[in-house]
Amino acid sequence: MSGGATLLAPSAAREPAAPDTSFGGFVARAAASGQLVVQPRMGFGDPHRMRDGLRRTRDAVATTVGTLTIDSYTRVGDQDAARAALREGTPLNGYPIATHSGEVTRALLEGVRGPAFPVQVRHGSSRPEGIVRALAAAGLDATEGGPVSYCLPYGRTPLAESVENWARCCELLAELVPAPRVPHLESFGGCMLGQLCPPGLLVALSLLEGLFFVRHGIRSVSLSYAQQTDPAQDEEAVRALRRLAAEFLPAGVDRHVVLYTYMGVFPRTARGATRLLEASARLAVRAGAQRLIVKTAAEAHRIPTVQENVRALETAAATAALCGRPTDPPGPADGEVYREARAFVEAVLDLAEDPGRALLTAFARGVLDVPYCLHPDNAGRSRSFVDADGRLRWSEVGAMPVAPYRDAPPGRALTADGLLVALGSVARRHDGPRARP
Amino acid sequence: MHILLSGTASDSHTWNLVYLQLFLEELGHRVHNLGPCVPDGLLAGACAADGPGRPDLVVVSSVNGHGYRDGLGAVQALRRAGVTLPVVIGGKLGVAGVPDPRQRRRLLDAGCDAVFDDGDTGALREYLDLLAGGGRAARQAVA
Repeated sequence: MSGGATLLAPSAAREPAAPDTSFGGFVARAAASGQLVVQPRMGFGDPHRMRDGLRRTRDAVATTVGTLTIDSYTRVGDQDAARAALREGTPLNGYPIATHSGEVTRALLEGVRGPAFPVQVRHGSSRPEGIVRALAAAGLDATEGGPVSYCLPYGRTPLAESVENWARCCELLAELVPAPRVPHLESFGGCMLGQLCPPGLLVALSLLEGLFFVRHGIRSVSLSYAQQTDPAQDEEAVRALRRLAAEFLPAGVDRHVVLYTYMGVFPRTARGATRLLEASARLAVRAGAQRLIVKTAAEAHRIPTVQENVRALETAAATAALCGRPTDPPGPADGEVYREARAFVEAVLDLAEDPGRALLTAFARGVLDVPYCLHPDNAGRSRSFVDADGRLRWSEVGAMPVAPYRDAPPGRALTADGLLVALGSVARRHDGPRARP
Repeated sequence: MHILLSGTASDSHTWNLVYLQLFLEELGHRVHNLGPCVPDGLLAGACAADGPGRPDLVVVSSVNGHGYRDGLGAVQALRRAGVTLPVVIGGKLGVAGVPDPRQRRRLLDAGCDAVFDDGDTGALREYLDLLAGGGRAARQAVA
């Protein structure tokens, strides 16, 4: 032991004072100053349009982060089709990040992306290695998805393969974006199938995917939840997600909650769409989510334009600003959604020490079972419904560790019309003449 | 009829497929739902299925905006593979949100038996009735 004369500098002081350019850091600073971060979905095949979209997102009257949404060909790993479409001039539904060169992507980001405007890559792939390599090569560090949420709803990749791919890609992202930079990964688990999945399962899946990311070396995560059918139930869900994140994610892992404006059948009228968007912004503030992914008034009809996206961002931001700062109600957030989500999380984590293995076993045994999901690795025995008060409930639970709702409709087969009614309930409510806010 | 129901190669959407399965079953048909993101080879393989599950019709549904392109590729691949079954497609087929007559024509020329506009289940039902009644209509762009 040396004498006490030498004071060790605190570790932070020994590191170079680099500005925090991370996605998670940006959201945390915005939240600390009372700003809800709003974000579009946006992707164009043409780099110039993509750059213009990002620039106009940045310049919107709102606290924004940018999005590079990747096209469907790149998502399924069909680089040949993406290349051919660019050659033919067929418009793509997103930016083909693995087809355009790293220089092209860097150039489109140059002078737009920066510490005050981080950009996240959004894709939907169960085989994301090419996308992760391409985004890192372009100097980006934030993306989203997850082994379950980017597999079960979206394709045919076996779940075991997706778990393996995502484990490798988390580690790859951590490796390609070394400290002091902080790679960020968002779980899409709170958005399974967009609609008709009861909140307890959405919250649990998002949390479990967050734990999976952390296990594989990611230290900055966001957990998602998509607005469903009932504002009070949704508020409970976002609070449950925040509480479970605090309880289960290791201390020192940066985290925030991202809310998605309703992802199901969208109102067809501009007024209905705007009401639903505004409701989601209020929900985000009220329940303490730090970021909101918006939808536009064009959503029911086609892929929105940049202008429509900017309008949605500004509408959401203005609505959020009018809500003031969130105030959590006294007492723990231990309502029905929290209890259900916690039952799922505990049942899954009991199955194996490794979160990936636990998730695989849980789906194989039907402990997790996403309603209406066609993927062969989903048990397909659960069913949900919208109850008379508008809350999403379980009618059939299969082998899941939760109970069906006591007032569930008697077990009759769901009809095509019945499904449309359920899928369209939110749209109808917001399009109608007496739409409730 | 035995109906083979399929999403397109790059389309991850499933609610359209869940709905169509229920819709077709309620009309008395047996449905094999291949689900989303079906590569051409898998679709051709399922068309070639023999025995009691042999399909009488292929229904392709797409809503991601790549439907014209992916549907064209799929029907060309099926016809190349010698599949003679009727093949129909419908949904939101382009990114623009409005039907494109030129693209529709290409689908029909490539061997699609019918192209349905988004949500036009009435036209699909009429087509199914016609087919079940033994008539295979001239290739048509419905609605």
